[in-house]
Amino acid sequence: MEGQNVEELLAKAERDEAEKLQRITVHKELELEFDLGNLLALDRNPPTGLRHAGPTQEAELRALARDNTQLLINQLWQLPTERVEEALVARLPEPTTRLPREKPVPRPRPLTRWQQFARLKGIRPKKKTNLVWDEVSGQWRRRWGYQRARDDTKEWLIEVPGSADPMEDQFAKRIQAKKERVAKNELNRLRNLARAHKIQLPSATGMHPTGHQSKEELGRAMQVARVSTASVGRFQERLPKEKAPRGSGKKRKFQPLFGDFAAEKKSQLEMLRVMNSKKPQMDVTRATNKQMREEDQEEAAKRRKMSQKGKRKGGRQGPGGKRKGGPPSQGGKRKGGLGGKMNSAPPGLGGRRKGGQHHGGKRRK
Amino acid sequence: MRPLTEEETRVMFEKIAKYIGENLQLLVDRPDGTYCFRLHNDRVYYVSEKILKLAANISGDKLVSLGTCFGKFTKTHKFRLHITALDYLAPYAKYKVWIKPGAEQSFLYGNHVLKSGLGRITENTSQYQGVVVYSMADIPLHPKGGRVSLNTH
Repeated sequence: MEGQNVEELLAKAERDEAEKLQRITVHKELELEFDLGNLLALDRNPPTGLRHAGPTQEAELRALARDNTQLLINQLWQLPTERVEEALVARLPEPTTRLPREKPVPRPRPLTRWQQFARLKGIRPKKKTNLVWDEVSGQWRRRWGYQRARDDTKEWLIEVPGSADPMEDQFAKRIQAKKERVAKNELNRLRNLARAHKIQLPSATGMHPTGHQSKEELGRAMQVARVSTASVGRFQERLPKEKAPRGSGKKRKFQPLFGDFAAEKKSQLEMLRVMNSKKPQMDVTRATNKQMREEDQEEAAKRRKMSQKGKRKGGRQGPGGKRKGGPPSQGGKRKGGLGGKMNSAPPGLGGRRKGGQHHGGKRRK
Repeated sequence: MRPLTEEETRVMFEKIAKYIGENLQLLVDRPDGTYCFRLHNDRVYYVSEKILKLAANISGDKLVSLGTCFGKFTKTHKFRLHITALDYLAPYAKYKVWIKPGAEQSFLYGNHVLKSGLGRITENTSQYQGVVVYSMADIPLHPKGGRVSLNTH
């Protein structure tokens, strides 16, 4: 009995071993091609079992995937390994398959202004030597850069030219000129870049002072300049013959042509209902403006009464005077503001008679 | 071509409601199809959804007309009803006036109708009410109708 048990155990162990081996060994007719740099395994065996479509393919596909992955991992385990911070790492070889482009081919850039000019004139780049003989230091120095041959900035003596002001700082002038050149170069570089990427520069409204601007550009620049004040152009007078620009307002937005037909119908029916209801609908903006105006008038009247009382008592001139000076101007300003608001209320608001707080004017506490 | 704005719709509805009153909602909400108003070159067209979808394929400068022209908006945004709207307004008219055959020709050529030329009139018609004029044979008439037919001949 026990012998039988032992035999059974051994047989079981052997079977387990065989199964394990079977799991990691896969039999394929054609060997797989491996590109371990890309973790790629290429199986060229013809998929005979998968020809007919059907729901049972799932299990076969899964088995195929498992087999191929097993082979790939077997290959990976054969790579040289190393230890990196408590992890066992396999070093992958260089990838052999060439992957296609990720992004599209870059389009040809537009020529820069210099390139256009050079092409026009037929100027070819001259090959220059890297080192130039420097008389001052008596050695070969590089043409530009650190410790260059003819360094303007290192000169200790600059002669004042006959036409220049004797009090002018020539060194400062030189430094300023250099800065201007650098800035101009940078500007041109950015402009070329913007042209290449078709980005609009901020000065594209025609405000760059080249002197060769068209009438429209000048007009636009003028409009922008007019609006660039602290009051956004509200108090800028026009010249005697200057005309107001047409179309400088916001573009109107309309509903789309095939909007929601049902919604359109509903809003039209609602409008009809309101029109036919014969009850005057409350215009919330006008109502709140009227209320605010009445409140302001009451406050102004109260303040005037208090100041008058103070004056009659003959006492404090200062606060009384301040109080007198305060309310009329405030009230006037507010009234003027409200008046302006009332006049310039858009007709649409007057028409929209849907009662509701969210549509109304601002209520001030 | 674009839909009407709120303001424009209101002006138009107010004008049309002078003639057909509450029956306007029967024009807006029809049981036999979705009809809508669209604005093209300042003219308002009443068009079914099907025709609208077809007309959308035509570029704006080449499109002359679509559906039925109800009228147009003038330069100062007032709405003027056209004769082509008569077919839609006549069935829903609230106040009708029938004129005698003698006065009919005169009316078609744009002249006023005297009281003697009046055949029938719906009762309770107030003064300055918008009415639709019919001939004795129940055909709706338009004061520019005579001139229009003359031109086509």
